[in-house]
Amino acid sequence: MILLVSELNAGKLRPSAREIVTAARALSAIGDEIHALLLGPGAAAAATEMAGYVSHVHFCEDAGYEPFKADVWTAAVAKTAADLGAKAVILSASRSGLSYAPRVAIRLGAGLLEDVIEVESDGATVGAKRFTYLSRVTESIRSLGLPVVISVKVNILSPADPAAGAGQVATIALPIDEAANRVEVLSQAKASTGGVSLDEASIVVTGGRGMGGSEGFTKLIEPLAGCVGAAVGATRAVVDAGWRPYSDQVGQTGKSVAPNVYIAIGVSGAVQHLSGMNRSKTIVAINKDKDAPIFKVADYGVVGDLNDVVPELIKLLKL
Amino acid sequence: MKICTVLKQVPDAEASIRTSGSGVDLAGVTFVMDGMDEYGVEEAIRLREAGHTAEIFTLALGPRRFEEAIRTSLAIGCDRAIHIETDEALDVITQARVLADAVKKEGADLVFVGGKEADWDSSALGPALAEALGWTHLDWTTKFVLTGTTIEATHDTDAGNETVKLSLPAVITTQQGLNEPRYPTLPNIMKAKRKELRKATLADYAAHAPLTKIASEAIQVKARLNKILSGEGPETAKQLITLLRDEAKVI
Repeated sequence: MILLVSELNAGKLRPSAREIVTAARALSAIGDEIHALLLGPGAAAAATEMAGYVSHVHFCEDAGYEPFKADVWTAAVAKTAADLGAKAVILSASRSGLSYAPRVAIRLGAGLLEDVIEVESDGATVGAKRFTYLSRVTESIRSLGLPVVISVKVNILSPADPAAGAGQVATIALPIDEAANRVEVLSQAKASTGGVSLDEASIVVTGGRGMGGSEGFTKLIEPLAGCVGAAVGATRAVVDAGWRPYSDQVGQTGKSVAPNVYIAIGVSGAVQHLSGMNRSKTIVAINKDKDAPIFKVADYGVVGDLNDVVPELIKLLKL
Repeated sequence: MKICTVLKQVPDAEASIRTSGSGVDLAGVTFVMDGMDEYGVEEAIRLREAGHTAEIFTLALGPRRFEEAIRTSLAIGCDRAIHIETDEALDVITQARVLADAVKKEGADLVFVGGKEADWDSSALGPALAEALGWTHLDWTTKFVLTGTTIEATHDTDAGNETVKLSLPAVITTQQGLNEPRYPTLPNIMKAKRKELRKATLADYAAHAPLTKIASEAIQVKARLNKILSGEGPETAKQLITLLRDEAKVI
């Protein structure tokens, strides 16, 4: 059987929960039985929704699973996978997923297929594709056996359609192992991405050095993002200058995103930035330098002063 | 206290990557210490400068060419290095097990690992190493303060960032913003040549069977439309909206 770990955001299923169902169904050679595990407040309600997609849903409402802690999640997921005899554990390659998937792999003695964009199986092994070398190379990787732990890149696979029948829903007892609870969260700060997480957003508006300062973001990037329901991103130069928090950064040393539309404004397009966004479905660039490398990866581009173009875009989108 | 900095040598980000046969061809490519590992080396040195009594050692697992990056870490201030030399492209989980065995043998209280590798685009090594050691870890760390054996640190999360408290021993993975890495000076580069760089092989550590293997590597570039508009701001803005609405149908 295959075990999915479905992530919640403020008690609701993340869109990636349906994307990993798609991955699980692609692995039918190792079993049609798909179980989903949901942890934390809101798990019960989300479990009912998940039951529309998989054969079994296990949920544990324990408040100790929120906020995410890698140690705590590793213990719960590895135990469930071992108890159920999972041949594959699939989770989404969010920041949290990337953080605990390797630990689960070590604990289960399983291979790790990390941040994958495609999976298939012959029943004895699992093959996957993933990006390497700053997203410039597509690697085909294969497990040498089972079980495997798979983290699936967010926003790449199509969300699954509901299954024919409803799956069984049951609570699962997974008390927090206090000895393993080694990290104490003192405070949390939410990113200013308008409530949309950067890696899940279907539209991302990113400002670069050309914005000239943090005001460029509040006056142009944020209003434009607001018009189209986008998350706000930033380049390395911008976060280095302190105009935006590090958590907004897209690129090699920040987040890797693949939205439907990526709008890069005042962004030159250094390799380290391209590696975080060059898999976006449609790329739009606005830059006054016609030779900026960002135009090479752009589907649509405007050579012009962003201070002229962006206010006009905002005006037109508000009409 | 003993601090371990794990490092990799990777192609320079500006180096162009090409393939030959079914894999990436690295012949002629310029290699550098992974930028994410530089943050770890720098943070270790700063801890000592802040008054912590610490021996700092570099640990690397990879081919002979890694030596150059290892020497750089010694020139920046690490005291000694262990290079587990192998040409095998071991998967990251197996690497973590070998490195965990090495960390146990050397003894360490704190390990820094780069947040994401610029060659395999992997962020798994730090968490996997922590698990193999039975330690906790913190990833994407942008602020790190050590008082006695207590760490107070800030790191990036899905939703933003959070500040946490944990105790040694721990594995810390780096993120840009943690510090501004220094460059080695010429006198220190000379001195580094006399520092200990111990060679080891996989046979010196517990054997672990690989779990995954790379089947092939290919460069797949998505064809882009490259429709570039120029002209007056208001006019191009209008054209762009029309293209996005009517042609691309994305807004």
